[in-house]
Amino acid sequence: MMRPKRLGFTILHRAAILAYIAFALFPLFWLLKVSITPNDLLYGEGVRMWPSRSTFDHYVFVLEHSDFPLFFRNSLIVSLSTAFIVTALASIAGYALSRFAFRGKFWIVGLMLLTQMFPLVMLIAPIFKILSPLGLTNSLTGLIIVYVAFNVPFATFLMQSFFDGIPKDLEEAAMIDGATRFKAFRQIILPLTLPGIAATLGFVFTAAWSELLFALMLISGVDASTFPVGLLSFVSKFSVDFGQMMAAGVLALIPACLFFFFIQRYLVQGLTAGAVKG
Amino acid sequence: MTEAARAPIGRDRRPFMRRFAIAAEPYLYSAPALILIAAVMLVPLVIGISYAFRNVILLDPFSGGFVGLEHFREMAKDKAFWLALRNTVSWTGWSVLLQFVFGLILALLLDQPFKGRGLAQALCFLPWAVPSFLSGLNWAWMFNPVIGPIPHWLYGLGILPAPDNILADPKLAMWGPIVANVWWGIPFFAITLLAALQAIPRDLYEAAAIDGATPFQRFRSITLPFLAPTIAITVMLRTVWIANFADLIVVMTNGGPADRTQIIASYIFTQAFRRLDFGYASAIAMVLLALLLVYSLLIVLLRQTLLKEA
Repeated sequence: MMRPKRLGFTILHRAAILAYIAFALFPLFWLLKVSITPNDLLYGEGVRMWPSRSTFDHYVFVLEHSDFPLFFRNSLIVSLSTAFIVTALASIAGYALSRFAFRGKFWIVGLMLLTQMFPLVMLIAPIFKILSPLGLTNSLTGLIIVYVAFNVPFATFLMQSFFDGIPKDLEEAAMIDGATRFKAFRQIILPLTLPGIAATLGFVFTAAWSELLFALMLISGVDASTFPVGLLSFVSKFSVDFGQMMAAGVLALIPACLFFFFIQRYLVQGLTAGAVKG
Repeated sequence: MTEAARAPIGRDRRPFMRRFAIAAEPYLYSAPALILIAAVMLVPLVIGISYAFRNVILLDPFSGGFVGLEHFREMAKDKAFWLALRNTVSWTGWSVLLQFVFGLILALLLDQPFKGRGLAQALCFLPWAVPSFLSGLNWAWMFNPVIGPIPHWLYGLGILPAPDNILADPKLAMWGPIVANVWWGIPFFAITLLAALQAIPRDLYEAAAIDGATPFQRFRSITLPFLAPTIAITVMLRTVWIANFADLIVVMTNGGPADRTQIIASYIFTQAFRRLDFGYASAIAMVLLALLLVYSLLIVLLRQTLLKEA
């Protein structure tokens, strides 16, 4: 009796998943397709699913005749530094929020929630005026400082939830054996949170990689431009050259997607760890 | 408080310095994050609020004087501001609603065990890894009839009278950024809701199934109550982020055509960057901040009531 109903459910379930995957991937597929379409076919074969001829000319142009390799390097420096610094700060702060009951905790949590509500545009002018006399405008260091501060609150909440998932008895046992709390944290709790740390690194890396408004405001020269700024100026300069724009777009996508694929299995592990606990 | 009351069991015989170090520990752990937040967010926020009452125009050395509530009076008469406020409500409302509904469906689909779930999950969550400015550009290209397929599909389905760019149509333009935002934001909801789903004890479902509950009954009386606190907090954070999120609109339509896609956040951006009028921009930002605070407070209260009932 149950069999046909179950089968029907399974088919519907797989079809829904496939439909969503198609929806999620199609825009990226289209980006790739236009980036390898030769210019003379671009308009004639506008809505074809795959061009009759393909070329890598757009990529060669972008890599050899533009500043993209430089933007790429700048973005990589900024995003990696931000991700590692934020994760370190958020780990210890998240641990404090997860394990201690202390005076002022309510206000610290409230303050961090509040920072999630700022219209960030409101901060651009004051930050510009603070960083400028310190020589931190038009510098990657200034950008990293700003990105770290913006990403710390959310990362702290994220790390706190990962610490909450680890039983307290573990470090309490170690502390009874004479270890200090920091030693117990470093040697017992941190290794158990590795999936959470990887997930946090990924969250922050992608956030820093895609930030546009502050990079536009704080950076004025080509030397310190990040990828979003570079791509946007490229779009306004060569606004009809769709092939080259999309080739640059695909290049901007690669590190974010690579990083995502690298961390997403830790993300899955983190999620399933929660399930086992329940 | 006396010493005896503080010590957990009997008198604490540990040396004073050690006890002090233990009491200071949580503050030491959270200090680096807090100092940075204070220096880079709170101090500029206070300065930014002061700008709202001053005449601050970048590159104008004679600006900076106190103008009181002048900016707010100007705002009350500013038609573009009121239009942007209405647009913000529809932009945020539709984006959050669609992201949430599809995110929940996706989370429920991925919560079922099946072969290849890891890969399916990675592919479903991929849009979230796409930088937001790039997803804006990508969708703008998809809506462009010269190189994108969407206008031709909509024309083929009879939804559009001609294969035109909906981003140039004042009545439809807002749907462009909304679609891009929904595509980009579904994974965030799906990830958090999936984590919450997997934390629900499985034996509850088994018990309910033995008692003969239908799948819908199980969803309503087990899944939803367990998810409710997570839903409240995610919807709140997401609403606030989306209301502040100008990137997609700036990249896709720049507020046009005829200000029909201008939201408050992109209007602030326009005031600050085109006219360099940081005073007026800060005043608008303050109004937005106040509205979002009121909204968040309501959601937090709602969450508290839900938690008490559970």
